[in-house]
Amino acid sequence: MSMMKIFDISGSAVSSQSQRLNVVASNLANVDTVAGPDGKAYKAREVTFQTVLMNTPDGAPGAGVRVAQVTENQAPGRKVHDPANPSADADGYVTYSNVNAVDEMVNMISASRSYQNNIEVMNTAKTLLMKTLQMGQG
Amino acid sequence: MNRLTNSLDFQAQALTLRAERQRLIASNIANADTPGYVARDMDFASALREATGTQAAGSTMTGATATARGHIPIGTGSTSELGLKYAAPSQTNLDSNTVDMDRERASFVDNSVKYEATLRFINTDVRTMLDAMKSPSQG
Repeated sequence: MSMMKIFDISGSAVSSQSQRLNVVASNLANVDTVAGPDGKAYKAREVTFQTVLMNTPDGAPGAGVRVAQVTENQAPGRKVHDPANPSADADGYVTYSNVNAVDEMVNMISASRSYQNNIEVMNTAKTLLMKTLQMGQG
Repeated sequence: MNRLTNSLDFQAQALTLRAERQRLIASNIANADTPGYVARDMDFASALREATGTQAAGSTMTGATATARGHIPIGTGSTSELGLKYAAPSQTNLDSNTVDMDRERASFVDNSVKYEATLRFINTDVRTMLDAMKSPSQG
């Protein structure tokens, strides 16, 4: 039953995309934060996908996906002159996170579309498998 | 009996290949966002010809046999030798991923419909055979 592997393949993609969505959510949540948990400004995070081979026992190819790493964007944070802010530095500048809200929204849409695509693949595979199970009956 | 099951054997091969192709397209869709991934697809017609041809003309084919432990086995009609092809990118991409989602979705639907068609052929074959086995009194 090589169709069964589709659930592994699409399932790995769905979980990777949901991890990407998770990262987007934390970036968007921190779009206006001044300091992260380490006291410095929050750095936008980004996931990198990697193909993981999911061959069937007889060697037929299949390719799932996994999150290889989560990297931090090292671009300098947004600086705003606001001497009254308690987080301002000696020159009166406050460093905000380097999250680009537009980038994150685009990322979010892309992740959710890929998620939907893979769910649909699994639904189709399920329908076909159910019909295969009824082979010879109707 | 062979004439009865000939068509059934052929459809069974086609169904297996359809399932393989479905999995292949699912892999492509899963890796739509993976940098550097190269989309693959199979030439269904030639894969089916190979799968059914080697079965029918098994005696005339000269199969290679592994004579030493280090030899790489040559598949004859096995699913690992499907002659996969790499998809040419329709639009260049900065992360060199060649998955074209429009094409993949179209192939996926196309393959699903043809999978179902093959299933129906099998069902019809089975029904025809069952009908032939019935006695006239059974209606």
